[in-house]
Amino acid sequence: MELSDWLVIPEILPLMLSGLKVTVVITFFSVLTGLVIGTIVGLARLSDNRFLCGLTTAYVEIIRGTPLMVQLFLIYYALPEIGIHLPPMIAGWVAYSINSGAYVSEVVRGGIQSIDSGQMEAARSLGMSWWQGMRYVVLPQAFRNIMPPLGNEFIMLLKDSSLMAVIAVPEVMRYANLMVGRKGGYALPIYVTAGLLYLALTLPLSLVVRRAERGLAKGD
Amino acid sequence: MIELKNVHKHFGQLHVLKGITSTVDQGEVVVIIGPSGSGKSTLLRCINYLEEPTKGEIIIDGIKLNHSATNINRVRQEVGMVFQSFNLFPHMTVMDNITLAPKKVRGLAPSKAEDIAQELLAKVGLSDKAEAYPRQLSGGQQQRVAIARALAVQPKVMLFDEPTSALDPEMIGEVLDVMKNLAEDGMTMVVVSHEMGFAREVGTRVLFMDEGKIVEEGKPEEVFFNPKNERTQAFLGKIL
Ligand SMILES: Nc1ncnc2c1ncn2[C@@H]1O[C@H](COP(=O)(O)OP(=O)(O)OP(=O)(O)O)[C@@H](O)[C@H]1O
Ligand SMILES: [Mg+2]
Repeated sequence: MELSDWLVIPEILPLMLSGLKVTVVITFFSVLTGLVIGTIVGLARLSDNRFLCGLTTAYVEIIRGTPLMVQLFLIYYALPEIGIHLPPMIAGWVAYSINSGAYVSEVVRGGIQSIDSGQMEAARSLGMSWWQGMRYVVLPQAFRNIMPPLGNEFIMLLKDSSLMAVIAVPEVMRYANLMVGRKGGYALPIYVTAGLLYLALTLPLSLVVRRAERGLAKGD
Repeated sequence: MIELKNVHKHFGQLHVLKGITSTVDQGEVVVIIGPSGSGKSTLLRCINYLEEPTKGEIIIDGIKLNHSATNINRVRQEVGMVFQSFNLFPHMTVMDNITLAPKKVRGLAPSKAEDIAQELLAKVGLSDKAEAYPRQLSGGQQQRVAIARALAVQPKVMLFDEPTSALDPEMIGEVLDVMKNLAEDGMTMVVVSHEMGFAREVGTRVLFMDEGKIVEEGKPEEVFFNPKNERTQAFLGKIL
């Protein structure tokens, strides 16, 4: 290892940055779909309907109890065996949305439960339906509380998206692996660069999350 | 206006309401008193179906309460409720608190809903607070907003569950005054409260509840100063 090895960085940076774009985009959309799934599942788990509640609880337990890698492989390598072929990016997005939905549903459920039950009662006593009470009264307050944990979920997913390299999604890790192979070495500068690129995203994000948490604690 | 026929409520094994039968006529102001845990809140909550009675019948303004959602939402528009802890929506201004239900439930145009809200705010003496958030108001002001909010759906009956017991003493008067005005305007009211002054001034009838039953009822003077039942006597001895 020589000091001049580090000069490889400017060479690989453009490719790595294009990988970073893919990382951000796929993470963003996964969290977005995860939020939709998570809200629906979170609400279903709080409902009186035994069937809905059982079904969604099973979903959450299964997803949280199995490795993300297994879920990803099931969707990318196993689904084709039953005739469903998804391109890598879509497979990654689907797997991460399903995964993130389970975690986000727990966040949403906690957020809703943290809202005083008197809020829903007041809404119902004014003649609003359960859904109107949720939509206009409970959820807006719950979402304020769940912004910080949601930010953490985004950070987790951002890092975990590096797993998608194994199904050839052209994200940061994929390019890092390719470079190391092509150049026959330089693993140290290349993986350090990859790590720094993730850090450049996660560090500011966790600062924002921390600040949001402090804001909530102060109650404004 | 309100008819209760042998209403029972169980929470699991706990038998909270043990056969409540009573009638509240239009324009009456019925004050319910009784020891903690006697089922006063539960009774109010049954009247607008926040709790479902396990047995018995409740008829509001000729509509029999049953489990169907349309029926419940419809009846709740006729029955306003004011809570001990106000339960204002903290993420909305006073104006939005009041106009939300008229817009979403009654389908009023925003401008119409706001006109009604301004009128109600004037009525409860808070015209200048329309754009304030609940946390910027004192307890007494919050409770007056809560009353305005309940009135905005134009209910025929108002239920109050210990509306002043979470308030500092100096703020109780302003809330009771609003309630008195409401009573004088002819609103039918059921009020759980131990405010004797209020009960004597505007109450048409006092119900004393104990252990899930109405033990005694009558004119405020009779119940307060000449209670027949010994449990009423014992209870009044403690609070007076
Ligand atoms: N949702 C519930 N689940 C189980 N038990 C309940 C529930 N709500 C009320 N209870 C019980 O029912 C009984 C009557 O309660 P309720 O709140 O109606 O009494 P109260 O007369 O309003 O008392 P207080 O003066 O303290 O407000 C109490 O023993 C209470 O613990
Ligand atoms: Mg009570």
